[in-house]
Amino acid sequence: MLELSTHIVYKLQRTGVLVLGCSAGGFELLTHILQALPPTLPYGVLAVIHRNARYETHLEKKLADKCAIGIKAAADKEPIESATAYFAPAGYHLLVEPNRSLSLDVSEPVHFCRPSIDVTMQSAADVYGPATAAILLSGANKDGAMGMMSIHRAGGLCIAQDPRYAEIDTMPAAAVALGGVHLILRNDELIIFSKQLSNYTFRN
Amino acid sequence: MAISFGHIEELIALVDNVYSFDLGGYSRASLKRRVSRILTIYDIDFAGLKYNLVNSPGFFNKFLIEITVNVTEMFRDPPFYKSVREEICPYLATFPHIKVWSAGCATGEEVYSLAIVLSEQGLYNRSFIYGTDINTAVIERAKQGVIDLRKMKTYSDNYLQTEPNSSLSGYYTAKYDAAVIRHELRKNILFSTHNLISDGVFNEFQLITCRNVLIYFDTAFQYKITELLHASLTLFGFLCLGAKETLASNDLKNKFRIINKTYNIYQKIA
Repeated sequence: MLELSTHIVYKLQRTGVLVLGCSAGGFELLTHILQALPPTLPYGVLAVIHRNARYETHLEKKLADKCAIGIKAAADKEPIESATAYFAPAGYHLLVEPNRSLSLDVSEPVHFCRPSIDVTMQSAADVYGPATAAILLSGANKDGAMGMMSIHRAGGLCIAQDPRYAEIDTMPAAAVALGGVHLILRNDELIIFSKQLSNYTFRN
Repeated sequence: MAISFGHIEELIALVDNVYSFDLGGYSRASLKRRVSRILTIYDIDFAGLKYNLVNSPGFFNKFLIEITVNVTEMFRDPPFYKSVREEICPYLATFPHIKVWSAGCATGEEVYSLAIVLSEQGLYNRSFIYGTDINTAVIERAKQGVIDLRKMKTYSDNYLQTEPNSSLSGYYTAKYDAAVIRHELRKNILFSTHNLISDGVFNEFQLITCRNVLIYFDTAFQYKITELLHASLTLFGFLCLGAKETLASNDLKNKFRIINKTYNIYQKIA
């Protein structure tokens, strides 16, 4: 059990969505986090990883067998269900509609990325406000830093992988430097943290 | 300045009142991003946007140009074009005249890609391709048939993945930093504006592509647009949606059979 301060616990108690952002060097840890998330997780997960649209991957199918929560490729206008992780499809930004359904978008890449972590985080913060939580992992660019800032401003919870333990520290370090991060966790702490996420009762 | 979904609803009402233009069926999340982008481009706040929309002649057109997403590629989703060649073209070859509609074609890259596929299958001379978009500015660009030469590298890679018999460079002439689409490929193409929400059926087609357009609308408008596309198809004509766009309702599903599940290619059967 990871000891968390009162204000973090408070934010977790009202969480309504969790955004996971991951790029180069973060995929293995992302897999472990998804495996650690309990099937009783009271909200949905939006996963944005940078991947090339050019190559067909069967990522969601492979992960689905390993995880207790549901794993899906996000579909346009699909409602967000609890205990389910929705992956942004390669080549599309993943957005959240005010009625809490998902939307896809092929507008300009952000930081040369589509899907962009910033875009999904900002969109989630627009809809869920203080009920938005996010975890940002290893990566080689600065995508996610602005998004974490948006979540921070909306009153949500922002967690970064400890850059010292990240395979490529640019992405989490950029978020920490920008000042939006509430909590910095080591890889093993992130796993323990993920396991205990159903312990906080949903008060919304 | 940050804007809220409340601002977006206010804007939708204003545009409807002043210009009778219906943005009500657009996806709010995407619309909000586009509006934020417009505020940045013109360096104005929300009040300034409203002021310009009401008082500056011509601003509404500029607003419309930026409100829609105009990102496109030649041969985007290469396997889709392979499927057009292998699964659709043999059917199209049985029609004496082939009419094609690329709905929401932006700057026309998809139209030229389809022209290349039809030409390679020996069908282009009896084909006519209509490229339409709501946005007049992108239609003007599409008509020019001039593409940034730097993008041609990516488009060539896309094209090669469709496993063609020739090379993309045969279809354009490079001039300085521009690729100019060859005249032979442009003679049976017409670009024009068309609004999928307010305009109706304008012809009967053997093939309609409407890719990455439906995602910008809510489910009610997606249904309305798909009905228009259905009504615009000849019996046994083909409808191609984007890789992440499927037929929304059972009612529509019964009117089509699935030709390609991954790339959402359908054939009208009723």
